[in-house]
Amino acid sequence: MTLFEEVPVTTTDDIPVRRVEMRVNGETRAANIEPRLLLAHLIRNGLQLTGTHTGCDTTNCGACTVLFDGQPVKSCTVFAVQADGHDITTVEGLATASELHPIQEGFKDEHGLQCGFCTPGMMLSAKALLDENPNPTEDEVRWALSGNLCRCTGYQNIVKAVLWAAEKMRGGAPADASADDGGDA
Amino acid sequence: MFPSRFDYKSPTSLEEAISLLAANEDAKVLAGGQSLIPMMKLRFAAPAVLVDINNIPGLDGHGAQSDGSYRIGALVRHADLEKSSTLGDHQPTIAAAAPLVADPIVRTRGTFVGSVCHADPQGDWASCMVALGGSIVAQGPNGRRTIAVDEFVSGPFQTVLAADEIAVEAVIPPASGTRKGGYLKLERRVGDFATAGVALSLEMSGSTVAKAGIGLTGVGSSTISATEASAVLVGSSLDDATIAAAAEAAAAATSPRSDHRGSADYKRHIVATFVRRLLAQHQPVEAKVA
Ligand SMILES: Cc1cc2nc3c(=O)[nH]c(=O)nc-3n(C[C@H](O)[C@H](O)[C@H](O)COP(=O)(O)OP(=O)(O)OC[C@H]3O[C@@H](n4cnc5c(N)ncnc54)[C@H](O)[C@@H]3O)c2cc1C
Ligand code: FES
Ligand code: FES
Repeated sequence: MTLFEEVPVTTTDDIPVRRVEMRVNGETRAANIEPRLLLAHLIRNGLQLTGTHTGCDTTNCGACTVLFDGQPVKSCTVFAVQADGHDITTVEGLATASELHPIQEGFKDEHGLQCGFCTPGMMLSAKALLDENPNPTEDEVRWALSGNLCRCTGYQNIVKAVLWAAEKMRGGAPADASADDGGDA
Repeated sequence: MFPSRFDYKSPTSLEEAISLLAANEDAKVLAGGQSLIPMMKLRFAAPAVLVDINNIPGLDGHGAQSDGSYRIGALVRHADLEKSSTLGDHQPTIAAAAPLVADPIVRTRGTFVGSVCHADPQGDWASCMVALGGSIVAQGPNGRRTIAVDEFVSGPFQTVLAADEIAVEAVIPPASGTRKGGYLKLERRVGDFATAGVALSLEMSGSTVAKAGIGLTGVGSSTISATEASAVLVGSSLDDATIAAAAEAAAAATSPRSDHRGSADYKRHIVATFVRRLLAQHQPVEAKVA
């Protein structure tokens, strides 16, 4: 088994394995890990929460974005030990058993994804924005998502999805934008 | 990708962090990790021990002090500066640069001080520090010392920090007059390093420039202080001829390389244009008419 197929426990080195405890999507999770384990690997391989994607693995694409105490971070660029005692939200933490999060509904309704690879990261950046600013302008949405790359959609429908979600979260009934569908996205 | 093995320490006081650095050979400070972790993953850096300073209280504040200086603690993130509602009143140059550093996700982790310690010639904060005449306060086993930024950065990716010293804060000195300034950066896309960037700081006495500083990003093998361009400005009221002379002097101070971001000539041209634009923003009304 390779190092990151499961959370590794090294016994060969003089580097002690660390026991960490963090809240992931509201649940307390503990693991014994090597310091060099990246948060993205702990989430995907250790905790088996594979909704968090690794795209570039070089801190450029934002596909691995999770919320760290409510703030978006690139989980490929944070060590898992650094999350000890902190609160992590992954895409799996958005929906409840029976209901999608309004951001997820927005992506569905506004066709905010194609291959879906960037989507979890996009939605978490969007969540951090809407938690701070419930009524963003289109510019503010574009700005907040500018660290997340999408190779499919041309971004247009992603922005619409987030504005849709913002309106729904404010208690409004989002307008049906299907008339704009079939554009050049 | 994952880094080589290292031991991880998470001290909760500066004293503890400094003794860990002193006791461990090949130890490195981990701040925002947005430069260090990518380098470790590529194995360009392979420290034996990481001393994570993120759990040390008291390093995350920034603000104006009673003596007129402005202090930025070692754990102040780029995003803290970007979102600050008071920074712009005191430090227009820094406020203008904050939203232009990296991308929004990197900005929630990366720190101002860590960026200056990283000493990347492409770093935006070093140019601001150079323009503003800032310093770094370093703490080691024998106490604190204050190091002016042009001495602090000793070369590309090199500083004069000792292995057992931590940069605890950046200090911008008080202005001798009304502080004005700005930052302009050309980037190919959001999150890219600068093709060229210009940091401007002006201290105005009425409509006369009492003091000026210009820092240039990405147009040489280290951050450039355009001292001749700044000297042209002092004593002037930013009339058109002075602005043109300063723009020319700033471009002459660069030594850019042609690369995937653009040719050397193009970058020099951008520097001159940005200097002109930044200065025009602060031209007193009389000078504009003249
Ligand atoms: C995709 C991407 C785009 C980026 N774009 C830009 C950009 O456009 N402009 C720009 O300026 N930067 C950019 N950066 C770099 C970013 O700003 C980093 O946050 C910054 O360079 C380093 O700060 P940090 O806190 O993350 O430091 P770290 O990565 O933790 O540390 C960097 C170095 O400084 C040392 N160090 C850090 N803090 C201290 C301290 N307090 N005392 C002593 N030593 C210390 C570390 O040991 C290490 O050697 C980008 C990074 C990424 C990943
Ligand atoms: S996988 Fe982390 S930024 Fe691309
Ligand atoms: S939907 Fe494919 S990368 Fe965004």
